[in-house]
Amino acid sequence: MFESFLANRTVGVLWEALPRILSAGLTMTIPLTLISFSLAMVIAVAVALVQYAHVPVLSQIARFYIWVVRGTPLLVQLFIIFYGLPSVGIMLDAFPAAVIAFAFNEGAYCAETMRGALESVPQGQLEAGSCVGMTWAQIMRRIVLPQALRTAVPALSNSLIGMIKDTSLASNITVAELFMAGQRVAARTYIFLPIYCEVAVVYLLFCTVITKLQSLLERQLNARGFQ
Amino acid sequence: MAMLEVRDLRKSFYTYAKPGLQAGIFHKHGARKVVSQLDVLKGVDLTVNKGDVVAILGPSGSGKTTFLRCLNFLETTDSGTLIFDGEQFDLGKITKADIARLRKKTAFVFQNYNLFRNKTALQNVTEGLVIARKMPKAQADAIGMKMLEKVGLADRADSYPRQLSGGQQQRVAIARALATDPEILYFDEPTSALDPELTGEVLAVMRQLAEEGMTMLVVTHEMGFARGVSSKTVFMENGVVVEASPSQEFFAHPKEERTREFLRKIEQTN
Repeated sequence: MFESFLANRTVGVLWEALPRILSAGLTMTIPLTLISFSLAMVIAVAVALVQYAHVPVLSQIARFYIWVVRGTPLLVQLFIIFYGLPSVGIMLDAFPAAVIAFAFNEGAYCAETMRGALESVPQGQLEAGSCVGMTWAQIMRRIVLPQALRTAVPALSNSLIGMIKDTSLASNITVAELFMAGQRVAARTYIFLPIYCEVAVVYLLFCTVITKLQSLLERQLNARGFQ
Repeated sequence: MAMLEVRDLRKSFYTYAKPGLQAGIFHKHGARKVVSQLDVLKGVDLTVNKGDVVAILGPSGSGKTTFLRCLNFLETTDSGTLIFDGEQFDLGKITKADIARLRKKTAFVFQNYNLFRNKTALQNVTEGLVIARKMPKAQADAIGMKMLEKVGLADRADSYPRQLSGGQQQRVAIARALATDPEILYFDEPTSALDPELTGEVLAVMRQLAEEGMTMLVVTHEMGFARGVSSKTVFMENGVVVEASPSQEFFAHPKEERTREFLRKIEQTN
């Protein structure tokens, strides 16, 4: 029964494509997402803190960065970094080029998320910290940032899920990720609808895992007093 | 000898012109155009001796909370002199280093507790010891537990602020303030956010501290506390001290007409 099902050509192609798509997803899409998102978070926290603390000059640079990155398409940013920069002597492999583009792009959005979260922490938390003798940096690190990160978890999870899907754009700069693996099979077999649906299902699967991890994380944080 | 002396403390809030944006209240800095000026404190003088419990009374807007916040540098001060343990400071030009040094000798209890929301009751108490004073954790924990015991909350050491009632949170806040062994404790309307039932447990802790000889400066609306616990009562209005005298005398024979009027009104509402 299963054998005769596999004998159907479409089903057979889908079945054979699945490991390719999955492995491209696990070896490219996921690492690309995780590395880029980690870097994006570092950028986001730094950019948000600079604005939160009203550091002169740096906060103007931060606003400029956010303005430029949010105002230009991600695909164009990818092309500038991968196809554009070589003409000024900066040659990057596809993967690092994608990491840079995604990290800078997501960093701008997450910076705004973090800024909002930081500003949502009541001023009294800082006052209490300074009254027990803590420095500004200590208050940030131990009191304000942990609370802000907790507030930001739902929005940041949104960004992470968005980024998993956005990495499909990296196929345009020759990164052999999940979507490209599907495209190759489709181009070879002329089976388009089922293959692209299969690709979509794999993305859905990855995003489902992230969603589950998010609710797990939120439960853990709530148990530790974060609310 | 006076432990804390304040002379001629002045502070104003300024509204600046901000083209294109709604004008807001800012502290004085920079050279922007001042649209309006609100003088909150117009030369406040106060002397606190070691072991004094001073109650500061006054109607809303009298500047009493701002005054207390200025003393712990939660607000900047325009001008004035602060003498703490015989050391004199110009409040208008005090340095960050001096502020840090003075804060080590003081502690502050807020109206809305301001417990660190991501820390347990015990961590709230020990945070200042471990992080700001670099005390070993075991030693800080021991002090923390002792302080929580003192306010009757040793059994809630592992609770987070949101798991505690308002009164319990305020008692943890008092334990946090006590942990750093301050020379003086500032209270900013410590019971104003609590319902009457919970007010009692906080006042009981404060009464106990007063009996132990802790020096306290308390902005409050609790007439019972001012009358029964405090050794000295100060009445403020419109940014100045109207009357300051030993509490018994203050309530029995208020000198100023404005004080008498205030006390009459309070009695009527009670």
